[in-house]
Amino acid sequence: MNLRRIGTSLIAPAIGLFVSLAVTAVILVAIGASVSTVFSSMWNYGTSPRAMSLMLNLATIYFLSALAVSIGFKMNLFNIGVNGQYVLAALAAAVVASNLTLPKVASVSITIFVAMFVGAAWAGISAWLKVARGVSEVISTIMLNFIAIGIISYIIVRTPIGTETSLNIRGTKAIPETGMLRGIAFIDPGTQIYGFFFIAIFIGVAYWFLLNRTRFGFDLRATGKSATAARTSGVQSNRMIYVTMLLSGAVAGLVGLPYLLGDTGSYTLQFPTDWGFIGIAIALLGRNNPLGIALGAILWAFLDISSGQLVLEGVPREISTIMQGLIVIVVVISYEVVRRYQVKSEQTSVAKALAKQEASV
Amino acid sequence: MSQSALAVELKGIWKRFPGVIANSDINLKVTSGTVHAIVGENGAGKSTLMKILYGMQKADEGTISINGSDLVFNSPSDAIDSGIGMVHQHFMLADNFTVLENIVLGSEPKNGIRLDFAKARKQISDIAAENGLAVDPDVLVSELGVGDRQRIEILKVLYRGAKILILDEPTAVLVPHEVDELFNTLRDLKKEGLTVIFISHKLDEVLSIADEITVIRQGTTVGSVNPHTQNVSARDLAEMMVGNELPTPDAVGDTIQDEVVLKVENLSVFAKGGKAIVDDISFQIRAGEIVGIAGVEGNGQAEILDALMGIESASGRVQFKDEDITNKSTRHRRELGIGFIPEDRHRQALMLEAPLWENRMLGHQTKAPNAKGMWLTPRSAKADTKRIVEEYDVRTPNIDVLASALSGGNQQKLIVGREMSGEPKLLIAAHPTRGVDVGAQAAIWDHIRHARQSGLAVLLVSADLDELIGLSDNIKILLRGKFVADADPATVTPQELGTAMTGAGEAA
Repeated sequence: MNLRRIGTSLIAPAIGLFVSLAVTAVILVAIGASVSTVFSSMWNYGTSPRAMSLMLNLATIYFLSALAVSIGFKMNLFNIGVNGQYVLAALAAAVVASNLTLPKVASVSITIFVAMFVGAAWAGISAWLKVARGVSEVISTIMLNFIAIGIISYIIVRTPIGTETSLNIRGTKAIPETGMLRGIAFIDPGTQIYGFFFIAIFIGVAYWFLLNRTRFGFDLRATGKSATAARTSGVQSNRMIYVTMLLSGAVAGLVGLPYLLGDTGSYTLQFPTDWGFIGIAIALLGRNNPLGIALGAILWAFLDISSGQLVLEGVPREISTIMQGLIVIVVVISYEVVRRYQVKSEQTSVAKALAKQEASV
Repeated sequence: MSQSALAVELKGIWKRFPGVIANSDINLKVTSGTVHAIVGENGAGKSTLMKILYGMQKADEGTISINGSDLVFNSPSDAIDSGIGMVHQHFMLADNFTVLENIVLGSEPKNGIRLDFAKARKQISDIAAENGLAVDPDVLVSELGVGDRQRIEILKVLYRGAKILILDEPTAVLVPHEVDELFNTLRDLKKEGLTVIFISHKLDEVLSIADEITVIRQGTTVGSVNPHTQNVSARDLAEMMVGNELPTPDAVGDTIQDEVVLKVENLSVFAKGGKAIVDDISFQIRAGEIVGIAGVEGNGQAEILDALMGIESASGRVQFKDEDITNKSTRHRRELGIGFIPEDRHRQALMLEAPLWENRMLGHQTKAPNAKGMWLTPRSAKADTKRIVEEYDVRTPNIDVLASALSGGNQQKLIVGREMSGEPKLLIAAHPTRGVDVGAQAAIWDHIRHARQSGLAVLLVSADLDELIGLSDNIKILLRGKFVADADPATVTPQELGTAMTGAGEAA
């Protein structure tokens, strides 16, 4: 029974991948490109050691972002504000880290704490609005994204926190090397894999434990499966909204750190601001399951990284964006189809098993 | 009038759901131009039948004929096309629209691409005048009371050309004088040649308005009476509704102890509009005592239970043993040892898309065998789920199947087993044996009785009057949120109880 359940849950992403490849092939033919050359060159580049290292780094970021989103998803709470939470958190982390002169472990720990705190606080505003004023978290988190970006621009452009960094971009003061968490090069000798790669794995495992092995996780999942049944079972929904949103925000706070501490060392106006939305797509792909999310993040990162090859083949690189979009749509649809099929088939198989039992008695 | 044509004829309607037969061999004849009432207890299959007639569900077997021709309805729009209109129990109106806008919503009269409100206004005022439905078309619906809203719902279906109206429990939400107004409207509609199918379980009302009454019991039509030509009383109808086929639980000797487990004082629950759904009730339950609440569903039972569990906010005072739990959380109450079998198992008692053993944890996720401190203990929870499956004869191949895969009766057995686990001090139970087969019903009764002997206090709500009489030490009759009478289970019959529940007893 369990094997079958796993089997059917793998069908959906397989269908998604297959359909999106097929549609992409059609598009490629339509614009007159050679399907086999494009796919094989994406594959060849994507599996090179350097590309794989870059891919893991990007996947680390996407993984954290998707985890943050999926904590909320598990109880039907939609945190669309991971963007705002992580940029504010990254800025705060950059400011704090650049002023620390402590040993690495202490400095990085403090930086992580600050980022999680700021992310949680920003998400907490939405939780409060929802509980106290009944504002949908979808609306408030989206709005807070814009506010966060505005605040950051103001701080960097108008306050002494922002300075001219190299290349004439305004940003925060550089973090000293003791405050950085660079990483190690183990696939490609020339490319380091973020130290946060390992932290992300740890957080993925912790997420699984929290959800599946703690009372809090049970309350959270119960709320997602049936809010009324959860309430009857003694779950206090307001408290759950607070805790879940704060947790989601705290993880969201980490999203910018792999890049900040592993690469730039400074928060500049060019810091990417859309990883939160990618996290939503990947959470959907991975069905809020940490393993699924990890695979989804790697797939997404693969398409991002290898899309550079498309240009070399004379094909617009947006093709990979189309593929990403297609995968999400098809996977979400096929998950629902598979889920309905699963419920139905289980009902019939239970009925059959019972009929057999009865007959043998 | 009785010789005129049939507006609706249903023959041999069957409808099965997994594990449940909702309708079995239903036969119904509704004469054109009459008010035809369909009565039966909740869960008897009235609403399923009406959903079939309105095209919301398809019958497994049987034929529907409207005005003499056999039809197949695939959706409500097919039913609407053949002149059937449904007035739902819960109004479906947009508050921020005017009466006029609400009525035309979905079938707007058009003049090119422009909405032709002038034409709509004329049509509506014509229909309203013909049927004596006075409404101001330009008022916002949010400003109207319940009675007016219901009139708008009726206008809505008339505007769509309905000749056969189905009214689902229309009086449930009305106060007495609004009920009188509604009945006047129905009489006017009848004069205009319309046919009304009226679903209710309030027998005195049915007798005052219906030309013909069909009784449904346990999914099948058990008879029809004509109150004009036959001399029927509410008591007779109640007898038809309740029937007498189920095994009767035998009351065992007195197990009541002195200790008061639950003490409720002046409990009231108010609806959003301020109407009291539960109206100032007080009672107490001692250890080893079972107190039954008899009442037609929708008279406040669900609200009492939710208030006692801390799910619904209420005024008054609730005391458990020596502790005032009035303001305590649901979880705290559960941890004190209060088991709860809610009325709506799908909404309140189960996670349908979770395996059985996770459902076993639900409501008990803070205690052994499900948790230790903040950690869950799935292994012992699974072991205990197996125990419940065996002791309560839950028919399932294993405990990893989703709850939705079980039949309703087996889901119920799991819930009862779960709530009886861990030696509860108080069990608050609504319809503990609803949907379970006869053998399992007796087993559940045994479990409850056994627990009572060791001091379990039980608050029992049940639509099964035999169960209520057989188990309870004391029965309170609930009508419109108030306890109106007590009954002694040693002497009362289901018929007497049924009559008292519908309020007909006051007249009889």
